[in-house]
Amino acid sequence: MTQVQTEKLQTLREAMQAARNDAHPESYLIGILHKVQEIFGYLPREMMDEVAQTLEIPTAHIWGVATFYHYFNLEPIGRYVVSVCMGTACYVKGAAGVLETLKKELGVEVGKTTSDGLFTLQEARCLGACGIAPVMMIGEKIYGQLDSKKTIDIINQYRKAAAEEKSAVGAEARRGKP
Amino acid sequence: MSRLITITINDKPYQVEPNQTIMQAADKLGFHIPRLCYHPKLSIEGACRVCIVEVEGMRNYVASCAFPVSDGMKIRTNTPTLRTARRDIIELILDNHPQDCHTCERDGNCELQRLAASMGIRARHFEGERKRYEKDLSSEAVIRDPEKCILCGRCVRMCSEIQQVHNLTQAHRGFHTVVMPAYNMPMGESVCTACGQCINVCPTAAFLEKNYTQELFEKLNDPNLVKVVQFAPSVRAAIGEAFGLEPGLNMEGQLIASLRKLGFDYVFDTQFAADLTIMEEASEFLERLQNGGVLPMITSCSSAWMKCLEQFYPDLIPNVSTCKSPMSMQGAVTKTYFAKKKKIDPRKILSVAVMCCTAKKYEAARPELMFDGMRGVDIVVTTREAAWMIKSAGIDLVHIQPEEPDHPLGISSGAGAIFGTTGGVMEAAIRTAYELYTGETLVDIEVEAVRGLKGIKEGSITMDGKEIRVAVAHGLGNACRLLERVRQDPSRYHFIEIMGCPGGCVGGGGQPYAQINSIPLDDDNLRKRAQALYDLDKAKTIRRSHDNPDVQKLYKEFLQSPLSPVSHQYLHTHYKAKTPAGIIPKKERTMSGDSK
Repeated sequence: MTQVQTEKLQTLREAMQAARNDAHPESYLIGILHKVQEIFGYLPREMMDEVAQTLEIPTAHIWGVATFYHYFNLEPIGRYVVSVCMGTACYVKGAAGVLETLKKELGVEVGKTTSDGLFTLQEARCLGACGIAPVMMIGEKIYGQLDSKKTIDIINQYRKAAAEEKSAVGAEARRGKP
Repeated sequence: MSRLITITINDKPYQVEPNQTIMQAADKLGFHIPRLCYHPKLSIEGACRVCIVEVEGMRNYVASCAFPVSDGMKIRTNTPTLRTARRDIIELILDNHPQDCHTCERDGNCELQRLAASMGIRARHFEGERKRYEKDLSSEAVIRDPEKCILCGRCVRMCSEIQQVHNLTQAHRGFHTVVMPAYNMPMGESVCTACGQCINVCPTAAFLEKNYTQELFEKLNDPNLVKVVQFAPSVRAAIGEAFGLEPGLNMEGQLIASLRKLGFDYVFDTQFAADLTIMEEASEFLERLQNGGVLPMITSCSSAWMKCLEQFYPDLIPNVSTCKSPMSMQGAVTKTYFAKKKKIDPRKILSVAVMCCTAKKYEAARPELMFDGMRGVDIVVTTREAAWMIKSAGIDLVHIQPEEPDHPLGISSGAGAIFGTTGGVMEAAIRTAYELYTGETLVDIEVEAVRGLKGIKEGSITMDGKEIRVAVAHGLGNACRLLERVRQDPSRYHFIEIMGCPGGCVGGGGQPYAQINSIPLDDDNLRKRAQALYDLDKAKTIRRSHDNPDVQKLYKEFLQSPLSPVSHQYLHTHYKAKTPAGIIPKKERTMSGDSK
C-alpha cells in the first residue's frame, strides 16, 4: 500500500470511530459511504469490506445500499465528470444530440469512464440552468447553448490542459533526476 | 386475555383478539386471503400486494399482512373490484416472468402458478419489457436464477433473519432490482452456507438445488459400476409428502424397495453411519472431558453449519468435533470396509447419497474429505430429486412392498434414527457417552430437554457425580445466538449440538416443497416429521448406537476401536478458516445474551 493510500485509509478509519462505538452502527452507513466516496472518488470493494468489518454490517447489506443510490459510484471515476442535463428544457433544446456527440467523441456509454481515466460520462436531471439550455457540467463548471461542435471543442480544451500538465510534470521529474 | 373487538368480514360480524393483522384474524376465521411475500416466520415485507383487502373508510386497498385490525373495522376480502385488482397484480408479476412453466422444475409445485390459477387468469392483458439474466451455476449446491425471481424477498429474509448468514440482498432498484450476494459474487464464492433454505421458501424457481438426476440415471445404466446408495434418517420421514401423503409417515421400507427398483445394487442406511458417528463423537467428547481437551465440543454433522463455522466462527474451529458427517463416514466405509469384504474395486463403486440437504452436495465435493484419492460420496441427490426420479421411473412408492436395507451397512439403532431431528444427535450421544463413561446402563434414554422446536435448548446430565451441561441449536440464527454465549462464557457448556436448518434435518433445504394449503417450514409439519423418527426409535429393540451389532463388527474387523489410527484416517477430518469472512450484525451479537 502506498503512502497516499495508507493516509486515505487512516482518514476513513477515523471517520468510522464514532459509528463503531454506537449501539446501532448500521444507522451511520450512508454517511460513511459518502465519506468513502469523498476520499476515494468511488466505493472500492476493499473499502466496502473495511466498512463491513469495522461496523459489523454484512457486506450484502452494504451492497444493497451502495447499488440502490445512483449517487454512489461503484467504479473509479475519471478526472472530469461530464454530466449532460436531460431535464425538460435541455431535452427540448437537443440534449439527446449532445449526449450522442459525447458518447461518440469519448467512446463510452453513460456511467462509464474513458480508458485514459480522463472523463466519466453521466446524465443529470435539471442542473438549474434552463436559460442557456442545452447544458452540461464538467466538474463544477456549467457550459450552455451547446451544439455538437461546441461540445467537442470544450472536451478538447480539457484534453489539451491535461496533456500540458502531464508534460510539465514529466519535465519536472526529468529535471529532478540526478 | 385482552378485550375482544368486533370486526366485520364480508358483512358478517366477528369477535376477535386485538393486536393482530387482518390476515391473522381472517386466517383464524377461515378466510384464506391470497398471499405471496408473506411468511409467518419472517418479518413483514408488504411487497407483493397480493393480500390486499377493502377496508371501509380507507382510500386505498390495504395489505392485510401488514395492517392491524381495529374495533368496528369493516373488511371485504372478495369483491369483484378487489378480485380484478389482485388478478392484475399477479398478471403484472407474470408479465416479467419467463413463460416456460411446462419446462420449469417447479411446474406443479409453484406458488405463483397456483395463485395465477386461483385468480382465474385465463388471458393475458399486459405485454412489456422482461428482465434477462444468466443463471448462477457456480455453487455445488444452490442455483440462482434471477429471471424466475419475482422479488418477494422471502429468500433474503430467510437468509438474514432465520439463518443470520446475510448472503443475499436486493441490489439495484426498480426494474433492475436483482436478488444477489454482495458485489454480485457468484454463489459458489460467497458466504452462502448452501443450507438451501432460500430454495425452501422461494415461491418460484429462482433458487433450485443443483440437479444430478440425469447424471445419476446415466450411471445407473452403466454395467461396470456397483451402485451403492445410502439415505438420511429424515428422508424417510418426508418423502411421502412428495407423493401427496400426509406429513410424518415413515416411508423407510417403501423407499428402500423403490431405490432397488431404480437400479441400486446395495441400499444402505445412513443411520448405520449415524451410529458410527456416535461411537467416534462420544469417544472424542469423553477424551476431551477426561484429558483437558477444548470444550465445549460442538457437533460437526451438519455441512451448512461446517461452512458457516469456517467463515463466521473460525475462532471456534478447535471446539468442533473432528468427526466427518454420517454421510461421509458411510461413504468412507462403503469404499473401504465394504469394498474389501465384497472384493470390489472401490473405484468401481458408485456411491450415492439421498439427503434431505442441499449442503451435502457441497460437502461431498470437499477435498478435505477425500481418502486414498477418492470421494466417499460421488453423487448427492435431495429428497426432492429422489422423489422425482422414483416417479419418473414409474415406481409407485406409496403402494410398493416395503423392503429391508442391505448388510453390512444397513442395520441401525433408534439413536441413529433420531439424528434427523434437532436434538437427536445430542440425545444419541448422551445415550452412548453415559455408558462409556460410567459403565452403567442409562435407564431413562429419552432426553426430553433436547427435544422440540425451541430455538436453543439446554439440559444437563450427571455422569458419576459430574454434571455435564449441554445445549442444542437448530437454524444458523439460533446457532449464532448460542455461540455468542459460548464466546462470552466458554465454560458454560460441555457439549453442543448445532444443526444448520430449522428443525434439524427434517427441515432440510432438500426436503419436499410445501404442498397445497401448506407453507414451507410449517412447525406442525416439522413436528410430524420429527415424531416419525422418534416413533421409529421407540419401535426399535436396539436404541443405543454402541449396541448396533454391525457397528461392533465393523470395529472388530476393520476400525479396531473408536479414535484408532484407522478411524482417524477414514472417519475424521479438519476444518480451517475460509474467506470471504462472514459478518454477523452487531445488534444480533449484542441481543444474544443470556436468556435463562
